[in-house]
Amino acid sequence: MQSSIRYAEIKTSSPGYWGILIVLFAVALLGIAGAHHMDVEGHHVSGMTNQIVWGLPHVFAIFLIVAASGALNIASLASVFARQDYKPLARFSAILSVSLLVGGLAILLLDLGRPERLIVAMTHYNFKSIFAWNIILYTGFVVIVVAYLWLMMERRMQRWSKPAGLVAFLWRLVLTTGTGSIFGFLVAREAYDSALLAPLFIIMSFAFGLAIFILLLMLSFRLDRRELGGSHLHRLRSLLGIFIAAVLYFVVVFHLTKLYGTQNHGFERFILMDGGIYTSLFWIVQIGLGSLLPLALIYAPGLQESGKSLVAACLLVIVGAFAQLYVIIIGGQAYPLNIFPGYIVESSFFDGMVNQYTPSLWEFLLGFGGLTASLLIAMLVLRVLPIMPEALRAEGG
Amino acid sequence: MKNDPSKPARSSRRGFLQAAAAIATTLVAPGIFLYRTGPADASGLDREARWGMLIDTNVLGEADVDACVSACRREHGWQAENGSQTDAQWVRKIRLEEPGSGHRKFLPLMCLHCESPPCVDVCPTGASFKRADGIVLVNKHTCIGCRYCMMACPYKARSFIHENLKDQLPVAPRGKGTVESCTLCVHRIDRDGADAVPACAEAVNQGGRKAILFGNLNDPHSEITRRLRELGGTRLRADMGLNPGIRFQGL
Repeated sequence: MQSSIRYAEIKTSSPGYWGILIVLFAVALLGIAGAHHMDVEGHHVSGMTNQIVWGLPHVFAIFLIVAASGALNIASLASVFARQDYKPLARFSAILSVSLLVGGLAILLLDLGRPERLIVAMTHYNFKSIFAWNIILYTGFVVIVVAYLWLMMERRMQRWSKPAGLVAFLWRLVLTTGTGSIFGFLVAREAYDSALLAPLFIIMSFAFGLAIFILLLMLSFRLDRRELGGSHLHRLRSLLGIFIAAVLYFVVVFHLTKLYGTQNHGFERFILMDGGIYTSLFWIVQIGLGSLLPLALIYAPGLQESGKSLVAACLLVIVGAFAQLYVIIIGGQAYPLNIFPGYIVESSFFDGMVNQYTPSLWEFLLGFGGLTASLLIAMLVLRVLPIMPEALRAEGG
Repeated sequence: MKNDPSKPARSSRRGFLQAAAAIATTLVAPGIFLYRTGPADASGLDREARWGMLIDTNVLGEADVDACVSACRREHGWQAENGSQTDAQWVRKIRLEEPGSGHRKFLPLMCLHCESPPCVDVCPTGASFKRADGIVLVNKHTCIGCRYCMMACPYKARSFIHENLKDQLPVAPRGKGTVESCTLCVHRIDRDGADAVPACAEAVNQGGRKAILFGNLNDPHSEITRRLRELGGTRLRADMGLNPGIRFQGL
């Protein structure tokens, strides 16, 4: 019964807790400094060019936005799919999803050529642009999830939390479809132009969001010396395993589909065989370290009860996520456009060649700044609102 | 205070308003006249036209294409340092080589002013737009610099301005943090209509030669439609169905 769950703010005053907050705050400030530098000097101080127009900031931003919608899964399981065992974690799930989204949006905004024109983006809409739709989907998501959280927390309103949870769940599916379609709708580039990118991004969100969720759950319980029952972790662990396997499945289908058409062989060869950094990132980091190794850590018979192996699996999923998005976003642009099929092409504008990209310090600062801003928001909310259950004891259900 | 009938307040107010209107007219009118560029209509926009170009790669040599690029730079005031990955290039020299035969040709590549431009489709704010006469432009006031149009363009026709600019030309206002591309010399078209010649075409069409032919694709009697009817023209990436306004011969 939900009435038996008691929630409380994080009360710890340990140096470890404050240390984490200070580091997060400092990195977030550095992120703003990095963005400011790019804004004043222009994007030539970044590694981005007229060839690679979206760079590392977009990898961070898309990671956070995708993970945001996935982080809401636990709340959806409780509200929409009536899984009472996830109920105690629903509040945290909602808070984390909003904070991740805010961090991701901050990066996207600060990377714009004209970030001060946010008001233009909010008042001029071209409804044929999936980007314009995303602006509405992202802001709508924040409003809906905050309302959903309030309905869950306000005792008199709790009966409304179930329909609100359903709206939030459907909204997040549309939202991630929109994020995947930013790339899926790019018909001119061989790397994208696929309806599969929308469901791929949805399943990626499940895995990435859950990995962050588990890590922060374990961290905050540990910092505040709360009891985290093994059965809850066990359920989250098997859920993560299923999501990782599902991402792998979609990646395989995506590349098989591309490989079937002869016109895409050049691109597939680039990503899978001779794309240098992109090939290494794909096979070693995304597939090896980010998918197969976490699966082994999750399912190996001897490690089933090990919290450390779960933490390692979550961290590896996040590392693999960055590699995957780097390959999708930057690898996809590095491969040249095929404007003159059948010709060898050369130009002053780098036509016909693989485009080079080296991210600059400023992009790293902006990316990490957004990531830490997300975590900082989540940690601060945990301190001021009763979000986390006082204890998660091992139970049957 | 009571109104004194000997001091007509109304008429003094009217006088003030008249003076203010006169001052405002003097201040604003030159601004209005600045934008009256075309003889045809106030904006110079011909809604019935679809402007395009036919580029004959059989005639163009490497030097011609270099001349196109230089003319565009002079006309619009952009510079691209050799080897710079971040400098804008409104038009670029493409060298094509046929594998096997080794046959080479050169052509200028710029915004092709598509009938269904993907850059316009994806632009979130509508800053990327197509005029009634088919010219695809960027509104520098509403471009937020997201670069989605650059991701969407199949021809890599657009550039993002990566640094602060100086010495801009009045015909081509530019701004750091926004995206830009070939305007088809819209300032010349608004001034001269069907008689306009874009700077790149002007640079190569000497001595009666028409290596780059500018004209109205909607006018069945224009030289460009006649030549297209007679000799045909290649649409780059025709598979995408974008119907570019700039076509090529000899590809």
